[in-house]
Amino acid sequence: MAQPKTVLVYRHAAVTRLTHWINVLALTLLLMSGLNIFGAHPALYWGQKSTFAHPWISIGAVEKPNGEMMGVTQIGQAKFNTTGVLGYSGEVGSREPVAFPSWATVPSFRDLADSRHWHFFFAWLFVLNGLVYWLVGLGGGHIAKDLVPTKGDVAPRNVWHEIVTHARLRFPKGEAARRYNVLQKATYLGVVLILLPLMVLTGLSMSPGFNAAAPWLVDLFGGRQSARSIHFIAAWTIVAFVLLHLFMVVASGTWNNIRSMITGRYAIVPDAPTPAPGETA
Amino acid sequence: MIGSVHRRGWLQAGLASAGALVLGACDKITNNPQAIGFLQSAEGLTRRAQRLVTDRKALAREFTAADISPDFRPNGSVDPTDPEYVALKEKGFADYRLVVDGLVERPLSLSLADLRALPSRTQITRHDCVEGWSSIGKWTGARLGPLLDQAKLKPGARYIVFHCGDTLEQTLDGSGQYYESIDLIDAYHPQTILAYAMNDRPLPVPHGAPLRLRVERQLGYKHAKYVMRVEAVNDLGHLGRGKGGFWEDRGYEWYAGI
Repeated sequence: MAQPKTVLVYRHAAVTRLTHWINVLALTLLLMSGLNIFGAHPALYWGQKSTFAHPWISIGAVEKPNGEMMGVTQIGQAKFNTTGVLGYSGEVGSREPVAFPSWATVPSFRDLADSRHWHFFFAWLFVLNGLVYWLVGLGGGHIAKDLVPTKGDVAPRNVWHEIVTHARLRFPKGEAARRYNVLQKATYLGVVLILLPLMVLTGLSMSPGFNAAAPWLVDLFGGRQSARSIHFIAAWTIVAFVLLHLFMVVASGTWNNIRSMITGRYAIVPDAPTPAPGETA
Repeated sequence: MIGSVHRRGWLQAGLASAGALVLGACDKITNNPQAIGFLQSAEGLTRRAQRLVTDRKALAREFTAADISPDFRPNGSVDPTDPEYVALKEKGFADYRLVVDGLVERPLSLSLADLRALPSRTQITRHDCVEGWSSIGKWTGARLGPLLDQAKLKPGARYIVFHCGDTLEQTLDGSGQYYESIDLIDAYHPQTILAYAMNDRPLPVPHGAPLRLRVERQLGYKHAKYVMRVEAVNDLGHLGRGKGGFWEDRGYEWYAGI
């Protein structure tokens, strides 16, 4: 029996591919400059104002009785020794008090002014890129056609089936691989319609200028310090999504996936074809 | 298996060195004035976009007495040691005079009593530090707009500069003296005041006694403390290092609306 031939299907439109990679660049630099900015006041609160004595999370350095420094991350009432990563990090011997380690921040040294320049530049790129994706995605039908789940998709039986096969890392082949499954659709929709816009809106809610223009927005998030907290949580939610996304890319065929996001072509093995007349199977 | 362990080692080393390269490149960009200047060009976009969507007179949110922070944090200078300032402070600011000059028809010299007699405004607002924290306080002060009208701006005046009594950084050329500047849109905003009272008491020294600027809708470092002189100018280039403020001279945005 002949090996079934793989066929390359056109999976990702040029706009999808371009906006995807611009997002990779922008989100990476936004995260890293954001972690540097966070270091200027490494504590988060709820509400409009800071309750300095009671942050819900804080990262800092304390001196131990023996004079040694220790990185401490506090979440609620719990305190953790995070020396080397959070609060106090760097090469052993020349460690310094800094919220996130230098390898995770842009620039690598503590610098609020410059990290803000990086952050706002790539925030604009991220926003404009997102607008292009949305306009083309809504106008061209990509979001409606490829991302909004169909009735069949959301049938409980199908959802359960997808969860089980995903948990076993068995991915659709053949015809079914031509389109996203319901878990992919829900995740991608959640990211492009909720998570990424949430980043922009909570970011804008920290702007005193924008607060005056649209006071309802910062109220929606429960105040400026709440907006800062949600901005931080949503950023880490994006990191979690990217880690899962990368894991799935590797698990379902690294090079095939990467190629499809570069050239648009995705290889699938078609379902066993019905033999054409005269062909020996 | 051994091969795959080796491969993993190579992959990790490769990723680590690629990461270091990218980080190194980012630091190089940060330290290159032209490159960081390019990134900083987003500031103009932000200012124009915010001015486009914001009414010139749109007010910053005002809060209630119950919202006032019990732990309002002072930042920057908290107790200036400049001899002139110390001398004023020792006499309870009785000799203090606010000078209003520059591109004005009628230069002024105002005592605290004169300032208290000017059209005033009281507002409970949120102070947002560039570092990320916020505190809420109640401010009472002379509205800057009417004060400027009294001095009568000359046609060339485009910016209002606030010269402060504190030296925040010791430098040889005197560029460590705190100063700030705003444009006329913010200068004439109804909530822009020169505050002499905080939370119904005379302005305390850590918060800028005897007089500080409140320019709501911008970040904390724009709210100059220890204001000694208000100068109307046409251009900011000749002041400090030419960027319009102490922190602006050290890389921060002149438009601090975000």
